[in-house]
Amino acid sequence: MKSPPADPSTPDESPRVPGFRTWRGIYLFVFAFFVLVVVLLALFSRYFA
Amino acid sequence: MNALDWIVLLGTMIGIAAYGVWRTRDVHSLNTYLKGNQSTGWWTIGLSVMATQASAITFLSIPGQGFESGIGFVQNYFGLPLALIVVCAVFLPIYRRLGVYTAYEFLCRRFDGKTRLLSAGLFLVQRGLAAGVTIYAPAIIIATVLGWRLDLTIIFTGLLVIVYTVTGGSAAVSLTQKWQMAVIFGGMVTAFIVLLTKMPAGLGFGGAAHVAGAMGKLEAVDFSLNTDRRYTLWTGLLGGFFLSLSYFGTDQSQVQRYIGGAALREGRLGLMFNALLKIPMQFSILLLGALVFVFYQFEKPPVFFNQTEWRHHEQGANAATFHALDEKFNAAFAEKQTKIRAWLETREAHDAVAETAARAAMLESQTRAGAIRAEAKAALVADDPRAKTKDSDYVFITFIIDNLPHGVIGLLVAVMFAAALGSKASELNALGTTTTIDLWRHFRPLAAHDEARNVRAAKWFTAMWGLVAIAFALYASLAENLIEAINILGSIFYGVVLGIFLVAFFLRRIGGTAVFWAAVTAQVLIFVLFFFYKDRVAYLWYNLIGCVACVLFSVVLQLLLGQKAEKPHAA
Repeated sequence: MKSPPADPSTPDESPRVPGFRTWRGIYLFVFAFFVLVVVLLALFSRYFA
Repeated sequence: MNALDWIVLLGTMIGIAAYGVWRTRDVHSLNTYLKGNQSTGWWTIGLSVMATQASAITFLSIPGQGFESGIGFVQNYFGLPLALIVVCAVFLPIYRRLGVYTAYEFLCRRFDGKTRLLSAGLFLVQRGLAAGVTIYAPAIIIATVLGWRLDLTIIFTGLLVIVYTVTGGSAAVSLTQKWQMAVIFGGMVTAFIVLLTKMPAGLGFGGAAHVAGAMGKLEAVDFSLNTDRRYTLWTGLLGGFFLSLSYFGTDQSQVQRYIGGAALREGRLGLMFNALLKIPMQFSILLLGALVFVFYQFEKPPVFFNQTEWRHHEQGANAATFHALDEKFNAAFAEKQTKIRAWLETREAHDAVAETAARAAMLESQTRAGAIRAEAKAALVADDPRAKTKDSDYVFITFIIDNLPHGVIGLLVAVMFAAALGSKASELNALGTTTTIDLWRHFRPLAAHDEARNVRAAKWFTAMWGLVAIAFALYASLAENLIEAINILGSIFYGVVLGIFLVAFFLRRIGGTAVFWAAVTAQVLIFVLFFFYKDRVAYLWYNLIGCVACVLFSVVLQLLLGQKAEKPHAA
């Protein structure tokens, strides 16, 4: 039996997501979104306190 | 539940399972059986990762948590997006490049066989026990509320998940999880909408949120450094990061969900999909619980939400005590409702001074009602020391059964079962795969060359773990203590396993012997903490301590051994 095929794609290839040329850009976007969510949650708490 | 509810419930559960069996009936390749279809896209992977993490307890307990303690629990997930970025950037590319079936197979290539066996063994012990709880915990709650037979509920759900997981392996798991998540999303949105329509006229979402906020249920972020507080921004970031990194990066039930797919891109996008959506999703479920709390400020709730337990005591020798508590709670509720309405009127009148006084009176009446609930729980224990006093898991299901229209009740119960089946299927799939690849093939290397035999072995092992889980669920006796026990069990092993993987990825000069003995020593240290210092060190810290100890001991041992043992084909 053959061993499972290894993936020929490389970690640095383009994510093929509109607006993003690198994976680093996607990670930064996810991080920025996370910060925004935390800020919005804090504002939500303060508004309805 | 009436006939319509049963049609919706059984149609959804059996329909999705049958669809999974039918679509994957011709899976004969080991690669497809263990990793899923090569054409699987990021969307399916993302939903599959989400469904694996979201068990039925997520949809039973988390609204209850929002009801009881507010939405602060959302901070527990703050480390998750950051951990997923690390998994995406470091873990996943290596798993894909090596083409491994399991995370522990990577450890064999990076270190040696004994480190692989140790990690796979720790996973099998911990996840094998947890698999029983995945069925048992929701079954005990739903069976209690609906008056079903617990054993039949466990056996039916257990066998259903075994049938499609054994038939189609990973391909069936991903396929069915996609539809189960559709049911879950549909059901939760429906519950949200129906709940808003049940609020008093004129209150609306804004008014309800103001009531919840005034009663302290909407404090989402706590910036304090107070170590007494269980959920803060900092514990969420630090503890949540290590827990998530360990869970998503090294737990085979998750790794198996994203190492398949057409290309590395699909797995990465699937994980980023979760990094974006997980916190908003958990927030929505907690908010639902907080709104159920508001609903029960205008509609009288039971003094104790596990009504089966309450009625049992109410009909016993101390009936008078429980009737008196009921009466007392009814009076407190009526008083509280008056105070809340008075507060709402002062808000509308924009009278700041009157509003402050009305808010204080409202909170005072809330404290009184809470004290009666505490008194009721104490009375249950006084009547029977073995009585189960945690009723927050029963809040949402009680709301569903008592207040939602028929058809929607069936849909929401289907949500609970869809979540249970989805997470259970991933667990069985991972247990079967790890047993086949890391144990069976390790001890019978000649069998590795026979693909059909490998698939047969994987099917048998998956079925075996399914039956073990059913047996464990049938003989488990205490739900609430068991869930905590399984969480503790996970924390005992997760940190050390994560430490092994961090050494593998980031400390390339450390060899197998050093990391193996470091892991054993770190695990002993965690056992010592657990058995002798349980009261001083909370179990969530075991994740961090186990991980750090494993990494430090590895470095020290490698220095003592004084040799580099990196293997030529290591990552």
